[in-house]
Amino acid sequence: MTTDTAQVQQPTPGDDPDTVLTVRDVKKYFPLRQGIVFQRTIGHVKAVDGVSFELRKGETLGVVGESGCGKSTLGRLLMGLESPTEGSIKLLGHEMAGLKPGEMRRLRRDIQIVLQDPYSSLDPRMTVGDIVGEPFDIHPEALEGRERRKVLQDLLDVVGLNPDHINRYPHQFSGGQRQRIGIARALSLKPKVIVCDEPVSALDVSVQAQVVNLFERLQDEFGLSYVFIAHDLSVVRHIADRVMVMYLGKAVELGDEDQIYGTPTHPYTQALLSAVPVPDPRMKGRRDHIVLQGDVPSPANPPSGCRFRTRCWKAEDICAEEEPLLQIREGSDHLSACHFAKPREIIHTEAEPEGQDA
Amino acid sequence: MTETKTDVSAGPAKSPLRGVAFDESAPLLEVEDLKVEFHTRDGIAKAVNGVSFSLSEGETLGILGESGCGKSVTAQAIMGILDTPPARIAGGQVRFRGVDLLTMDEKLRRHVRANKIAMIFQDALSSLNPVFTVGWQLAESFRVHQGADRKQAKVRAVEMLDLVGIPAAKNRVNDYPHQFSGGMRQRVMIAMALSLKPDLIIADEPTTALDVTVQAQVMQLLADLQQEMKLGLILITHDMGVVADVADKICVMYAGNAVEQADVYQIYETPAHPYTKALLESIPRVDQKGQELTVIKGLPPALVNPPPGCLFHPRCTYAQDRCKVDVPPLYPVPGGRASACHYWEEVMGK
Repeated sequence: MTTDTAQVQQPTPGDDPDTVLTVRDVKKYFPLRQGIVFQRTIGHVKAVDGVSFELRKGETLGVVGESGCGKSTLGRLLMGLESPTEGSIKLLGHEMAGLKPGEMRRLRRDIQIVLQDPYSSLDPRMTVGDIVGEPFDIHPEALEGRERRKVLQDLLDVVGLNPDHINRYPHQFSGGQRQRIGIARALSLKPKVIVCDEPVSALDVSVQAQVVNLFERLQDEFGLSYVFIAHDLSVVRHIADRVMVMYLGKAVELGDEDQIYGTPTHPYTQALLSAVPVPDPRMKGRRDHIVLQGDVPSPANPPSGCRFRTRCWKAEDICAEEEPLLQIREGSDHLSACHFAKPREIIHTEAEPEGQDA
Repeated sequence: MTETKTDVSAGPAKSPLRGVAFDESAPLLEVEDLKVEFHTRDGIAKAVNGVSFSLSEGETLGILGESGCGKSVTAQAIMGILDTPPARIAGGQVRFRGVDLLTMDEKLRRHVRANKIAMIFQDALSSLNPVFTVGWQLAESFRVHQGADRKQAKVRAVEMLDLVGIPAAKNRVNDYPHQFSGGMRQRVMIAMALSLKPDLIIADEPTTALDVTVQAQVMQLLADLQQEMKLGLILITHDMGVVADVADKICVMYAGNAVEQADVYQIYETPAHPYTKALLESIPRVDQKGQELTVIKGLPPALVNPPPGCLFHPRCTYAQDRCKVDVPPLYPVPGGRASACHYWEEVMGK
């Protein structure tokens, strides 16, 4: 994609033909209720609280954060599985919020999801052919007159499964193969965008690489755009072009893969990166270790001002009073939501040549 | 810490372990040719097939492997908490300070389990009893094993919670497990494991369920406490990053076999087994930009009817005809290492 980062982050409101997904200040509050018969709303869990980004054609946006930061809710919002409390989500220029079910169904042909758990996301009583073909029951027009069985076998072939296994059941496959079934299902309607919600975290290491490579191959082959939600920062670095870091429902830092991993400016990103174990014992003493104190506060009652201030070593009075906006900060070239944003090299990328072996 | 009349490290005066001849000069733990089988409907599954290693005090051994490779079963066999049946220990020895635990009387073993070897499990929420307070569960070991009364035991429980860094331990001791966060629960598990001052801790995927920042906290706590108390630590994990950070030596397991054993620096620098090498090449790294990942083809073998020869040969890029017939023994490799590959020289040389 283009390397003009300033334009990637601050596009004009007009519809850029290359932008497939535009998310503007989207919020999702889940009400907290009390009482049995007469339920009163006593507060809200602010799962996603004002997130904006664009996704361009052929691009992968990695969304990282710890559990409870709202990244999966964001994925569900993008899919239209939850309707946003506020804000707008535009897919290929069409507003998704407030659509009627029929219209939503038509729009959803262009956005599909791959779920985390390949064991519970496939119906054990359906054959692989039924699972991968189910989207065609809802959208028969997507077959475009092709023979259904042939289409399904081609799909299985594309994701690296044996097309002859079309009549098998999910339990006859291993974890990695099931995830391929899930991917084939997501691909069947030829979507433009695929939301991947922790697609490799349930897989074993040796199988994970197979699936990650498959995602990359499919992107090249079909020009797909991915929103890749994961907690594993190593996988995200590998696959993403741009990365959004979330904390308690907010995006705290957004930039190119290089910028986020090379020169992170938000203290949370820095702490997150420093906590990732590197499979190289020589790095033991040489890495900056920022060990955060305490736990993530409750999203029902987030701290005032900056949400990270309760665990931040840079926090001052202003952090409690004024919420830092996600904007380009001095001394840096990407978006960061910290009053004291300052680039800091956390991960020392080895200047390694193309060959992997030492 | 207030010392009560019961001396913790030696166990209470009435400890049945007093009669056991632990040899303090023998290695802390020696596992020799351990074999564990599971009897299933389809036949006998060799979950652990002749694993050997040893560990001394203050040392950390990382057991690395994918799900189903037998790493947890090994841990459970050492602890003596395998369900038998379906499991059966088919052979081998587990010597703690020179005494074989596998032939030990179950009553005695129970005391070993508490006072000498302790275990930390992956899922702290399901390892803690939801209907008792954390303090009560923590105090239980003092009551049962040291004959402490309730009051004493509770004081000890608070001390332990303090030790593992739980803020306001005095108040939290009366809380139930669900009132703790994931990281805090894992701290409670660590406190529980350390409460009787064991010499050896087995941690089975202790941080897998945790977020990275919390994982860093818990691993640091574990490493600090290990240093302080000179514990032996067996860390079982699938995460090649976590072991690289804390382990002194590593044992890589594949389909029930230990395929490579080496010092942590050696194994990351020049792996001597194709499986280890392929694993290292197949993981994305946070300190490296995206190049295509090297893939290990296929799947781990079924344990019931494993392929003949080397179990890794169907997925191995170094495999030759010999690998399909000959089961490779654990060859010694210079530098005090071992590799179960006929062609380890080639693997290291390339």
